[in-house]
Amino acid sequence: MEIVAAITAGLLAAIGVWLLLDRNLVRVVLGIVLLGNSINIAVLTAGRLGNRTAAFVSSNGVPELAANPLPQALVLTAIVIGFALFVFALAVLRRTWELHGSTATDRVTEVAEAPSPDLDEKASR
Amino acid sequence: MNPSPHLLLVAPLLLPLGTLIACLLTRGNHRACAGLSLLGAAGLMAVGLALVTYAGRGDILVSQMGGWAAPYGITLVVDRLSAAMVAITGVIATATVLYSLAHDTDPARGRDFHLLTHGLLVGVCGAFITGDVFNLYVWFEVLLVGSFALIALGGDRRRLAGTVVYVVLNLIATLMFLLAAGLVYGSAGTLNMAELAALFAAGDTPPGVQAPLVLMLLAFSIKAALFPVFGWLPASYHVAWTPVSALFAGLLTKVGVYALIRLVTLLWPDAGLVHEVLLWVACATMLIGVLGAAAQTEVRRILSFHIVSQVGYMVLGLALATPLALAGAVFYLIHHIVVKANLFFIGGIAARMTGSERLPAMGGLYARAPWLALMFAIPALSLAGIPPLSGFWAKFVLVRAGLETGVWIAVGIALLTGIFTLLSMSKIWNEAFLKAHPLGAAGSRALSGQAPAWWATGGLAAITVGIGIGAGPVMDFASAAAEQLAHPAHYISAVLGAPGR
Repeated sequence: MEIVAAITAGLLAAIGVWLLLDRNLVRVVLGIVLLGNSINIAVLTAGRLGNRTAAFVSSNGVPELAANPLPQALVLTAIVIGFALFVFALAVLRRTWELHGSTATDRVTEVAEAPSPDLDEKASR
Repeated sequence: MNPSPHLLLVAPLLLPLGTLIACLLTRGNHRACAGLSLLGAAGLMAVGLALVTYAGRGDILVSQMGGWAAPYGITLVVDRLSAAMVAITGVIATATVLYSLAHDTDPARGRDFHLLTHGLLVGVCGAFITGDVFNLYVWFEVLLVGSFALIALGGDRRRLAGTVVYVVLNLIATLMFLLAAGLVYGSAGTLNMAELAALFAAGDTPPGVQAPLVLMLLAFSIKAALFPVFGWLPASYHVAWTPVSALFAGLLTKVGVYALIRLVTLLWPDAGLVHEVLLWVACATMLIGVLGAAAQTEVRRILSFHIVSQVGYMVLGLALATPLALAGAVFYLIHHIVVKANLFFIGGIAARMTGSERLPAMGGLYARAPWLALMFAIPALSLAGIPPLSGFWAKFVLVRAGLETGVWIAVGIALLTGIFTLLSMSKIWNEAFLKAHPLGAAGSRALSGQAPAWWATGGLAAITVGIGIGAGPVMDFASAAAEQLAHPAHYISAVLGAPGR
């Protein structure tokens, strides 16, 4: 079970990093999402995987095949937060497309690095 | 323990959250929203000062949320450093909200600003008072969500481009942090910082915990904008709305520095490899940051690069790891937050008076607004470390600690950085204040309704001078805070109950 999760996490992380290195912002954002999911799997696996018994602690102690509930709780939190950030990133992406007409990272950094406009120009735009 | 300290511990979280909700409810009424926001920020400052008084007695305040004892529950811990950070957060929040009132050209933007600022403050305060690693991650995310929306506020093309850089690089840092937290849990079986520290102190370091911890330090370094990984900061801070970039400049990198200080002092209290690496990183950060600033010709970009170089000083204090050096780091942290936010405020006023942020297009401010010149001189000289002001004492203590430890190169770089800082401050002074405006009289414009901005910058300047003149008590507090940091056993026993568990 762990080995499957580990390979999945590694594969997702690899694809995520590959996408992150792309010139296109859409792929960068998708890369972050994949990387986030691979990390979620890693966190889940770092605890204790198990799928045979409910993760309740009885008076006899922790059942042998139970999963560790804490990483599940952690990952649940991380998924919720990650989802919010993904949505925000998409919103930024959409607005970037509207304002710049392009989602190439070079183009975007070029604009950010341009000298600051005079304040009046900024207000009139 | 009587119930009031527990309430006081949760107050830095509940107060901004309450203000956020109040602002949300009064969204239609701009004045009410701004008033509530100011009230909430002032309240946070009061809570912070109350925490400083409590923590100043030397106890470490601990509260277990929901009554679940550490290490299983969620722990809130306030020692002197945390208390000081919450207090200074309140001060900066109040100043920023006040300043934004005068800067409010667009009411809609101002309204969202108040909302988001308090959301950000929840995250910042949470990061300062949390006692376990995963909650630290959650608070980082809370402040990140707030900061994402704040930096994009009222976005034109340029601002949005800066937002993209900021969002992508901060997301990567946060993902690294999450992975590190998960792996730490996997190998150590705990997320509670005190219990981790207890494991480290007892010498039975769990196998495989070092690698994720190093990853975590790297994630904090990105947040704190340390040497190889600072690129996102000067690429994004200069595009935000002025009150926003002042707030970010004051607070956000310092959350990363705080996390570094907390983790390193708890887990590696004695100087070792981690400190060695941090020392060289700090030296490189100081030098590269200030050299980067020298190449810039826009006020906020110069100031952004200075944040990087100043963070180097704080990490230098952490790397030297003697109680004196830690005291210097704490002092620097407090002083720098005030000074840096103030410089961004003044940069904003100067830019609106001259109509540009580019130094060649600015000028004539000394003749037009001598008060602004004085206001600029105080934090600028303090940043460079000129004697009676707060920055001098901060640098003095660090340099002395460096001499005691015998790291001559670091001391040399610290002093050199101070000189370069002074040079780039005098560049701003010459270009924006002394030089005549390139457009002559036509280039200057009158600003109305600036009273709140003057109160904000004046208040922060007064604090800077106050810390400089009354350096004794502040340094005593910083030394006491450093004493607590240098002896993590107190922290561990305060959080876990019985000592040595």
